[in-house]
Amino acid sequence: MAGPGLWFSLLLAAALAGRAAALWPWPQYVQTSESHYAIFPYNFQFRYHASSAAQPGCSVLDEAFQRYRDLLFSSRSWQPPEPARKQHAPEKSSLVILVGTPGCNELPSLESGENYTLTINDDHCFLLSETVWGALRGLETFSQLVWRSPEGAFFINKTEIEDFPRFPHRGLLLDTSRHYLPLTSILDTLDVMAYNKFNVFHWHLVDDSSFPYDSFTFPELTRKGSYDPATHIYTAQDVKEVIEYARLRGIRVLAEFDTPGHTLSWGPGVPGLLTPCYSGSHPTGTFGPVNPILNTTYEFMSAFFLEVSSVFPDFYLHLGGDEVDFTCWKSNPDIQAFMKKQGFGNDFKQLESFYIQTLLSIVSAYDKGYVVWQEVFDNKVKVRPDTIIQVWREETPVHYTKEMELITRAGFRALLSAPWYLNHITYGPDWSEIYMVEPLDFKGSPQQKALVIGGEACMWGEYVDSTNLAPRLWPRAGAVAERLWSSELVTSVDFAFKRLTRFRCELLRRGVQAQPLNVGYCEQEFEET
Amino acid sequence: MEHRGLGLPALLALLAPCCCAAPGPTLWPMPLSVKTSPRLLVLSRENFSIYHDPSSTAGPSCSLLQEAFRRYYDYIFDFNKSQLGPAKRNSAVELKQLLVSVVLEPECDLYPSITSDESYTLAVEGPVAFLKANRVWGVLRGLETFSQLIYQDSYGTFTVNESNIIDSPRFPHRGILIDTARHFLPIKTILKTLDAMAFNKFNVLHWHIVDDQSFPYQSVAFPELSNKGSYSLSHVYTPNDVRTVIEYARLRGIRVIPEFDSPGHTQSWGKGQKNLLTPCYNGPKQSGTFGPINPILNSTYCFLSQFFKEVSTVFPDQFVHLGGDEVEFTCWESNPEVIAFMKKKGFGRDFQRLQSFYIQKLLGIVSTVNKGAIVWQEVFDDHAKLNPGTVVQVWKNEMYPVTQAAVTAAGFPVILSAPWYLDWISYGQDWRNYYKVDPLDFDGSQEQKKLVIGGEACLWGEYVDATNLTPRLWPRASAVGERLWSQQNIKDLEDAYDRLTIHRCRMARRGIAAEPLFTGYCNF
Repeated sequence: MAGPGLWFSLLLAAALAGRAAALWPWPQYVQTSESHYAIFPYNFQFRYHASSAAQPGCSVLDEAFQRYRDLLFSSRSWQPPEPARKQHAPEKSSLVILVGTPGCNELPSLESGENYTLTINDDHCFLLSETVWGALRGLETFSQLVWRSPEGAFFINKTEIEDFPRFPHRGLLLDTSRHYLPLTSILDTLDVMAYNKFNVFHWHLVDDSSFPYDSFTFPELTRKGSYDPATHIYTAQDVKEVIEYARLRGIRVLAEFDTPGHTLSWGPGVPGLLTPCYSGSHPTGTFGPVNPILNTTYEFMSAFFLEVSSVFPDFYLHLGGDEVDFTCWKSNPDIQAFMKKQGFGNDFKQLESFYIQTLLSIVSAYDKGYVVWQEVFDNKVKVRPDTIIQVWREETPVHYTKEMELITRAGFRALLSAPWYLNHITYGPDWSEIYMVEPLDFKGSPQQKALVIGGEACMWGEYVDSTNLAPRLWPRAGAVAERLWSSELVTSVDFAFKRLTRFRCELLRRGVQAQPLNVGYCEQEFEET
Repeated sequence: MEHRGLGLPALLALLAPCCCAAPGPTLWPMPLSVKTSPRLLVLSRENFSIYHDPSSTAGPSCSLLQEAFRRYYDYIFDFNKSQLGPAKRNSAVELKQLLVSVVLEPECDLYPSITSDESYTLAVEGPVAFLKANRVWGVLRGLETFSQLIYQDSYGTFTVNESNIIDSPRFPHRGILIDTARHFLPIKTILKTLDAMAFNKFNVLHWHIVDDQSFPYQSVAFPELSNKGSYSLSHVYTPNDVRTVIEYARLRGIRVIPEFDSPGHTQSWGKGQKNLLTPCYNGPKQSGTFGPINPILNSTYCFLSQFFKEVSTVFPDQFVHLGGDEVEFTCWESNPEVIAFMKKKGFGRDFQRLQSFYIQKLLGIVSTVNKGAIVWQEVFDDHAKLNPGTVVQVWKNEMYPVTQAAVTAAGFPVILSAPWYLDWISYGQDWRNYYKVDPLDFDGSQEQKKLVIGGEACLWGEYVDATNLTPRLWPRASAVGERLWSQQNIKDLEDAYDRLTIHRCRMARRGIAAEPLFTGYCNF
């Protein structure tokens, strides 16, 4: 059994080099020793290797170099050290980066490679990766390896790291409908995601509560559906900024426009879109899910998703499909008649399927793939075989591990979120429960397991806005990040606790409002501004 | 109707779905008596001022009031700079001044105390409003209420309804406990908490300043306590820091009660004060670990005398919190000298009697420096002989009304905290549970009920530091704030929800990162 052996080598690594124990998430392969090299901020630089496919002018890496310089040494200017201080360790004056394939101006995708190797020894200080995205991950690891002596000098230990993610989809969901999140909150979150090697920002843009996405095809949606159309909206420019900011950090933006339920905020801007609810033979004046029986509904959806498909460049869109409440549909006589005509009887799941299938064919026509919540699978909607199903329900209709089994047995790819609803808070160190989840812990063949492409930490917004988002997310989401990046054998809570405690202090140093795991302190505490 | 100043944003805001409530005054905590008329007055940044009434016993030399006038002027006008400018409507009467009158000796330069009079009356009519109080403490509470009466209408005009308010608190002790030992809290965070406390009419900062984990209080008499016992030399409160906190609190009518918890919860004391803690034994040998303070040595009481003499001068409040909770007896039990002492004293194997012995000596020390004592409920439970007037803080959640009944039946004043441990977080609107508590809901006579002097919301620090303190405390503690200030019959949860939603936005506007109660947004 490989487990104990690897665990021993992890312990050894941690014992040998306390500095490497600060790594989060833990790399696939780490070898490190006590011998170390001095780094001097005044002359240290990131350099492209002559045979690298990426060269100066590569926006993703040029900007990353700047970012990591600032993270390591802050943006102040540094003087050369006294000659006497230069002597006690050999110096590394640059990290040389070699990227195998070009792609500086592309977007990261589900298929993007993120592997890298980092070699710091007497002869080299070298980061090798196939893609720029791998280089970004390696730069983050490099930044976590550099340490400071009590006198303030910078060092890095002799280290060899080979690293790659266990799962290609490592996401974080933010909900900007229950509460609007200012753009700065989103951008700040993207920064911290990069520190944790997350690579998907699942943007639950709109929901019942508000519609902040400013559509240029249907401007009435935000004008009538946002909390405040002057301030609580995301303009096309905002969306572009988020996508580019994410791209520069190797993060995909997966936009969710959830239908047919969770759409109350769509109603005011698009008359006739939602189902009028009835009390007996009279409309009550309230509305239910999207009205699935009207042609106008699908005309609207065609036009709306045409816009969305071009605004959000990722191949995938999230189409929601969760928690459709049938009571309003049931009350509506026109829907009852339609059900009869279609031969659906009283099975409203068939009506939901009818809607979803029509929507999926619309979106497919725009050359997009899609992710949906598990109800779409549970309700047996016929979907394309390449559909990704996101599992969010912990216990019903079946335990989430069973749901993973069923979805993958049906041949669909699966994303796990059920145990990672970070908006659910409890007293104490709940990060360890989050951490101990094993996404492949279900009955199934290796082929089934291979269909699990990853998971997402979800921060739903009913009780979360910019006042409490950061401390509620970090470092708890970090537990999910390591589970999705590191080897399945990295499971020691004690080892994780030590590293995560140090990592959260590093987050504080980087200005992130990450809450404590337990009693203790950081050299640099968070200071309110 | 004049549409001057109606910009596009304001127009669109009118069309937005289910905003907060209709604009209007939103008071938190609810005063004793509020009469508002539909008649509106308007105010402008340029023309309005807060000043002393000629009849007042206080004047411009009262810096506490001068500072408060400026602070509340800023709260009223400054937090909404981005809004449209004054758009005075011709028909409305302008409110030009709030005149403040103190009736008795104002107590400008004193510290607030348990007996401080916080009552006030507020008469808002055009063109001059009057705020009247016996002491400056009532003025501070009244200014907060006045600032909450003012809102901006959809034209951006500062507006106030003509109103008459009579107000005084239900309980005199309304506290927040912060814990700076499990995590150090920067001074800035403490000051910000004091600001938010004033917005909620809290009047006691219970500063649980040291504990097992660290000793950040820098003692002049015993500097080694923090030199060795703090997390690091930058994680300390210097005498100057402490003075800053006390004065900042005083200016807001808030008492600072320090807690130096002993004999348990004292691991961090041991690092800087040799022989203070009990050496634990493993059979006949010392194990190298330490337990509670060693109660059998004279040197312990010499140290405590000197230490609390310093504490009594550094912290001006009449009360010191002496802790006394969760004393672990196993180390005492293991120590042969302690056992011998017990025998000599005739305590047998009853370690509660040893604890009582310690506490009584400590209470004696504190009373010689003329301080009153607050203790955690164990000290009462353990039948220590308490001086009359010792305040007992009830914190154990299980059957706390029974404890309240027992403590008050024995004639001791009670502070209630058991249902208000805000560090215990859960998903959803737990503020409702805090709000539903009534501190007098226990079996007891009228005399017993009178002994309940108030309560405290406790935010222990195991999982809390400067990163998450503010959103964890507010607006959840506000629920406790209203319960302790407002009358017993103010308990409609839906009305509280509506007011608290707006009150949290007001706190957010004033720079307090108070978290949301539920889905929605703040209208600024």
